[in-house]
Amino acid sequence: MSLPTALKSAFFAALLGTAALTPLAGAQADEQYFPLQSYRVGPYAAGGTGFFGGFIDYLNLVNTRDGGVNGVKLTWDECETQYEVERGVECYKRQKSKPGVAAWNPLSVGIAYAMIDDVGRDKAPLITVNHGRTDSTDGRVFKYVFPLLLNPYSETSGIVNYIAAKEGGLEKLKGKKLAVLHHGSPYGKETIPVYQLLAEKYGFSVEQIEVPHPGNEQQSQWLSIRRSKPDYVVLRGWGVMNPVALKTAQKVGFPVDHIIGNVWSNSEEDVIPAGEAAKGYTAITTQASGAEYPVLQEIVKTVYGANKGNLDDKKRIGSVYHNLGIVNGILNVEAVRIAQAKFGKRALTGDEVRWGFEHLKLDAARVEALGAKGLFHSINVSVANHEGEGRVTFQQWDGGKWKVVSDWIAPDWALLRPIIEKSSLAYAAEHGITVRDPAAEEASN
Amino acid sequence: MTDAVLKPSETSASGLPLTALGVGALLVVAFGVLPLVGGEYLFDAILTPFLALALAGLGLNILTGYTGQVSLGSSAFMAVGAYAAYNLSLRLPGLPFLLDILLAGVVAAAVGLVFGLPSLRLRGFYLAVSTLAAQFFVQWVFNKFGWFSNGSASGVITVPPLTIAGVALDGSVGRYLFSLSVVTLVTLLVWRITRSATGRSLIAVRDHETAARVIGVPVLRVKLFAFGLSSFVIGVAGVLWAFAYLRTIEPAGFNLDRSFQILFIVIIGGLASIRGAFLGAGLIVVFPLVLARLGEALLGGLFDSGVLEMSQRIVLGLLIIGFLIAEPAGLSALLDRALLNRGWRRLTARARP
Repeated sequence: MSLPTALKSAFFAALLGTAALTPLAGAQADEQYFPLQSYRVGPYAAGGTGFFGGFIDYLNLVNTRDGGVNGVKLTWDECETQYEVERGVECYKRQKSKPGVAAWNPLSVGIAYAMIDDVGRDKAPLITVNHGRTDSTDGRVFKYVFPLLLNPYSETSGIVNYIAAKEGGLEKLKGKKLAVLHHGSPYGKETIPVYQLLAEKYGFSVEQIEVPHPGNEQQSQWLSIRRSKPDYVVLRGWGVMNPVALKTAQKVGFPVDHIIGNVWSNSEEDVIPAGEAAKGYTAITTQASGAEYPVLQEIVKTVYGANKGNLDDKKRIGSVYHNLGIVNGILNVEAVRIAQAKFGKRALTGDEVRWGFEHLKLDAARVEALGAKGLFHSINVSVANHEGEGRVTFQQWDGGKWKVVSDWIAPDWALLRPIIEKSSLAYAAEHGITVRDPAAEEASN
Repeated sequence: MTDAVLKPSETSASGLPLTALGVGALLVVAFGVLPLVGGEYLFDAILTPFLALALAGLGLNILTGYTGQVSLGSSAFMAVGAYAAYNLSLRLPGLPFLLDILLAGVVAAAVGLVFGLPSLRLRGFYLAVSTLAAQFFVQWVFNKFGWFSNGSASGVITVPPLTIAGVALDGSVGRYLFSLSVVTLVTLLVWRITRSATGRSLIAVRDHETAARVIGVPVLRVKLFAFGLSSFVIGVAGVLWAFAYLRTIEPAGFNLDRSFQILFIVIIGGLASIRGAFLGAGLIVVFPLVLARLGEALLGGLFDSGVLEMSQRIVLGLLIIGFLIAEPAGLSALLDRALLNRGWRRLTARARP
């Protein structure tokens, strides 16, 4: 057989093979399925492995410890996206044919955007924890989209409130100077208008400085920061840009404890490569890191003890991304539980789980009962508010681990709501969406 | 590139009726049968992206295959087409969408002309590098200036629903049929041009610029025409990619990787061949999915999805290298030979070396 012939045969054999292996349908009725569009390959792999590892670890814990949610077993499978939109779309189409889809968690803004239309038609919730489309906070327009805990605008407000607390009150912000060092991408530029709004309200000045992707050379940006001498630098970075920023800051002599990182600049992967230069760096987070929380201890005991843990490197247990995955797992599972209380203890439809997310209210007591006291604060989702008033906290890197250095801070939601609604209502008009009436929906439930 | 790569593969006149028959049958299946039997996955995950990428490959083939000008900026022109169509439908709401597509193609062609200017002086490797400038410049512009994305805070745009003459094509079948119609029309146009005197002057420029000039081919005009037409086709492909397939646009989606992907489609499929673009796109779109399914079924339990993905990349890379060594003229030539072996085209067999 010549090489081309062999190739040809292999190709057709593969085609036939695929035809035979089309979706494995017919799962048991009482299983709730989480399709995971994960990414373990490519530039975002550090975040993907941590987040999806934590998510899977928590689902595993619920299955092993409790036998599922009220007897309904949780299932999942992974489809690799590499953080690329078209791969995510393919995964969505592939995975949605399986029965009992609970919710989608792509952890990618681009993929989430491409899914917004489809999840509306297929009636399944789309969760974008800590990120996503800011105006999808308005659940009256985005019925199936949930930017849980924190959207980019709230994050900005949280950072400004933290700086105010450090300075001794919001009125002390007057006359202060902020520099925002942002990644040269849509993500990096997303918060520019919010900083503008907050600067006008509190009387501080903001300088936006862009770092072109990927950001491994920042000498000129930091020299201009040294010239303008801001009181604080907010790092809105991603990937290699973060450690380079910290190192360059040290080189030009900018004090590291006056650099505040955002949620994508807050992981171990961002500070460890910077070494000594990162010592004293502070960053925002919605979930504290560390493995001392009861739920993590149970995961270590039950899941990793039985050798079913998802992280290859056990040192990453309790890291920022891993804990975000666990918190995301808690939110998903609790939404299913809340929906089960209304619709019955069985495998639910996506629309029923959506109802569960819209009634996802976990107060401090419930969070403690879940073994997550101190891991995250609380959440209070409603029909109108799909973000759910997540609180933020700040962690400081001490060279070995993150240490919480603030209380749970509330962003200024009331201030942000009007600009969110302006954007969401424009979207509704553009796409012919009828705006829901939360009061009427609550009454009919 | 060797001569073998650049040899046009569809020159045999006696093969034409059969080819026409084949294409006709394919169109009947694509228009008539598939929409009845296919599922959403087939359309949204395989056929629609396949059509868009095949069209982009066809566009690049005009430039690289027929005219011999290497370009690494294809996805930039896709982006120009996509953003142009978005802004036209946003800012001139009265315009019918078909006109939007046409104008978006024209805008992409205009941008292509500008970036085609260096080709008048540069050749080969140097030209490839200068088209790389188009790639980075266009992405930077869409990133930098919020106007193009209508001031959207995140820079990621949701495109308006696809509506043709008042009929909403928001289902997967509708979007597929729309793409198929556009691709059929544009392919027909390109086919006509490549078979015309203009097409022959493109090939003349590719084969020997000086000789072409001597026999009276206006080389500069021909090169610019190739850049314009190629960018037009790629721009239309970008509109399909954004409006029929993903329904969202972001600058990062049109990065250098996509340009290389389109270049691979052309190289694997076969340079200077219309069906080469379709065969190449088929391989690039379908093969990773086949591998993913197979890998999942055979090894799914052993590895996590990351390891699986990596092994798929290795297999795909090896396959591409294998194809190129075994058949540098691409899948198109492979198909030719397969047909010959079966004796379906015995007449043409003797005419071939």
